[in-house]
Amino acid sequence: MFSFAGGVGSKGPRRTRDPKTTVVTFAKSAPPNEDKRWRLVDATMRRQGQQSRGLIEALHTVQEAFGYLDQQALRYVATSLRVPLSRAYGVATFYHFFTLKPAGEHTCVICMGTACYIKGATQLLEGVKRDLGLSPGETTMDRKVSLLTARCLGSCGLAPAVVYDQEVAGKVSPQALREHLSQWTRHDA
Amino acid sequence: MSPAPAVKTLKIDGRDCSARPDETILDVARENKIFIPRMCELEGLSTVGACRLCLVEVKGSNKLLPSCVTHVEEGMEVTTTSERLGHYRKMIVELMFTERNHICSVCVSNGHCELQTMAQNLNITHVRFPYRYPQAEVDASHDRFVIDHNRCILCTRCVRACDEIEGAHTLDIMGRGIESRVITDLNQPWGSSETCTSCGKCVQVCPTGALFEQGRSVAEMEKRRNFLPYLTLMRKEHE
Amino acid sequence: MTPDELKQIADTERESLGCFRHRVNVCVAAGCLSCQSEAVKEALEQDVSRRGWGDHCQVKGTGCMGLCADGPLVSAGSERLYKGVAASDAAEILDSLEGPPVSRLRCPTDVPFFQRQHKIVLENSGVIDPERIEEYIAAEGYQALIRALTEMTPREVIEQVMKSGLRGRGGAGYPTGLKWSTVAKSVGTQKFVICNADEGDPGAFMDRSVLESDPHRVLEGMLIAAYAVGSTEGYIYIRAEYPLAIKRLRGAIRQAERAGLLGANICGTRFNFKIDLRLGAGAFVCGEETALIASVEGKRGTPRPRPPYPAMEGLLGEPTLINNVETFANVPPIIRNGGDWYAQIGTETSKGTKVFALAGRVQNTGLVEVPMGITLREMVFEIGGGIPEGRKFKAVQTGGPSGGCLPADTLDIPVDYESLARLGSIMGSGGMIVMDESSCMVDVARYFMDFCMTESCGKCVPCRVGTYQMHRILSAITGMTATPQDLAMLEQLCDLLKHTSLCGLGQSAPNPVVSTLKSFATEYKAHIEDHKCPAGVCGQQPVGASV
Repeated sequence: MFSFAGGVGSKGPRRTRDPKTTVVTFAKSAPPNEDKRWRLVDATMRRQGQQSRGLIEALHTVQEAFGYLDQQALRYVATSLRVPLSRAYGVATFYHFFTLKPAGEHTCVICMGTACYIKGATQLLEGVKRDLGLSPGETTMDRKVSLLTARCLGSCGLAPAVVYDQEVAGKVSPQALREHLSQWTRHDA
Repeated sequence: MSPAPAVKTLKIDGRDCSARPDETILDVARENKIFIPRMCELEGLSTVGACRLCLVEVKGSNKLLPSCVTHVEEGMEVTTTSERLGHYRKMIVELMFTERNHICSVCVSNGHCELQTMAQNLNITHVRFPYRYPQAEVDASHDRFVIDHNRCILCTRCVRACDEIEGAHTLDIMGRGIESRVITDLNQPWGSSETCTSCGKCVQVCPTGALFEQGRSVAEMEKRRNFLPYLTLMRKEHE
Repeated sequence: MTPDELKQIADTERESLGCFRHRVNVCVAAGCLSCQSEAVKEALEQDVSRRGWGDHCQVKGTGCMGLCADGPLVSAGSERLYKGVAASDAAEILDSLEGPPVSRLRCPTDVPFFQRQHKIVLENSGVIDPERIEEYIAAEGYQALIRALTEMTPREVIEQVMKSGLRGRGGAGYPTGLKWSTVAKSVGTQKFVICNADEGDPGAFMDRSVLESDPHRVLEGMLIAAYAVGSTEGYIYIRAEYPLAIKRLRGAIRQAERAGLLGANICGTRFNFKIDLRLGAGAFVCGEETALIASVEGKRGTPRPRPPYPAMEGLLGEPTLINNVETFANVPPIIRNGGDWYAQIGTETSKGTKVFALAGRVQNTGLVEVPMGITLREMVFEIGGGIPEGRKFKAVQTGGPSGGCLPADTLDIPVDYESLARLGSIMGSGGMIVMDESSCMVDVARYFMDFCMTESCGKCVPCRVGTYQMHRILSAITGMTATPQDLAMLEQLCDLLKHTSLCGLGQSAPNPVVSTLKSFATEYKAHIEDHKCPAGVCGQQPVGASV
């Protein structure tokens, strides 16, 4: 029920308040900065016909390009698609795939699906807690490793499964996990 | 020229009632002064069927139906109160009390609160589930209003009022499940919102003391409920 | 694309395939890929090229062959299946092609896991290259579509689906023909067909497999459905956690468009249909139809009360047909062979086959497609190969977080919709997790409740707060601090959620609890009264390992 007169690209209407505060404008806005990755986001929004329906697709592109969704990105996508700010924030935080925090250099995703759980995924989680002091959703202080959990990766035949960055590994033992993580943390910048 | 829609007849608690086909069971009950408890529903706002307090028994259906969204059918036989329904309603309200921190004695809406009144109507004397005691904030950054998340029951009336009646859509819900929260714009202090028009509609539709006016003390927040039916009526005139 | 052109492509493809004396297929679905099957494929290709065998030996990547725990799987001819293949085995495999197979890599195929299967949905998985439309066409692909468009009316198509007795394979088991018929008769400005590929049940990977191994099949099913109900626009709602399936689908859609099988004037008729992908973003609740629709509309995935049902008022308020991946995958063969053919398989009320993802504490984990009506015993002990390490069977969990745990005395019941429901579980999407005595049933119930609590959308009070309270009680039980009053409270909450929740997530969240309370009451008792965990699990790990 959010309708707004004035199409994309037109000069108005612009809703502004005191110029000293941030201006909310619903005319076609420019990307927050010169970063070329915004073109990817623009392309997605264009492909979706600049419609509010394309919000989730646009957020996916932002996350893929930048690694996470920050305030600037949410504001840009929301105003480009003419979605209310609070609704965009609500959508971004409803879906667990999206993150509002930057991830570490390496991401370790431990699957907590039923088959993996039965085959000992909790021991893997405990191992990470012991070795790196991380709980799911946290990143190490030196920003090297982030730990996440997934509901189910669909690799149940290979339980327990872990994703190291983009690679899925199956039948992971606590020992194998420990070794892989120490490889990451041993890497000197 | 289409023919006038057929009027339907149905029974609510044994009483014969008539209804237009676009009316819900709750609409008809209200017209006939039959009380059905509800919290998320408010006349003038869209219906969401979220609180589940308005569930009624309908003959021929093995499922309980939410009366705020169920349209009447010819010959329907509705029962609005029963031991079973009373039991469920009590549990739902008790769960609401355990979810956040509802302390009537220090609340601006003490004595004028829909949650309080609902508990009294349902004869709730104690809460059988343990309290959760979450950490919830108070945001008093707005110059005219305050939001106290401790008293929020996530009925979403404020979200709907801001979106449908005012049109600003300043408020929405973030997160999911029990971590859900009402937010302003990009989860920023209400006072810094660029979209809020300070109209106060959200405050007036809020059933509890979660949203209230600055400067109100304990038991002083009486909501003005009539503005919404009035607005709805005036807008219908315009159409 | 005319029927003749289709036949031409099929013939050309079969001819070129026939040139090869040896065909070596390597599984490149996600499971085997994570075991480095890509490297195996490359090694074989390089070796073939080195030997100059390119004209009579074909190496290609195919979809899932089923026995996922023993990957990478390589098939080098019928009855010649190799498991656990490494890149270094390439030479040996090629050397042995003309003679007896390599015995140490041999995976027996004359066992129930393979013999008891009746492949319809999975008929092309592991056989064709999922990235080539020509191979799909050579395997009778798109013939059903052409037949429907040129020889049948929409009503006749629906009739065949109704005759087949096909029921929704996403879990609810709603008669597919009836749903199609409802959408066809509904009035709207535009109708939509949505494929639900959100597969959120932990432990289920059937849909992922079909999408990675045979994507065109799903497209064809959607096309036939669109023709039958009068739709011109379709979406595949797929979870973002399936990147390979997304890639294969995108490729398949492009190929189909180029071949004139998607888009405008399909096969020279007046039928138009386009398909677009919509990505999920990590919300189990979006597997529910109205929540899925909300997500496709770019909103938070909260369900809304039904009625009105999506078949009449769905996406953007228009009549919308939503079916699961597996349901659509069954459609082309039904149209090809007729509804009666399908109805001969299965039981009286549950027709056809079902793909199950067998996992957990069982010898053979992977995907199997079996006729409805097979017993649980056969599934676990014959097809599954029994419990490894000499342990004892304890329970099998079906239907994911909406299902129940079935104990040993139910092993001889037939697997069909009604029988499972009668026992307090559901068919669900097909996940079947086997548990032995090392699993604590209370802990399993707690695990599922944790899942429901985290995935609850938060709209309705019973589910939002009820799952939290139930989880708290279950954690207290596994933490050995619960009282009998807690148990009574748990049962009351089960009843409340079942009857007052807004959507299926809340309504079925109590199922694992109810089914374990019924069949494993002694375990609950032991935890509460004796502060002991019979399986030796609780008290050994941090309680409520929050996930």
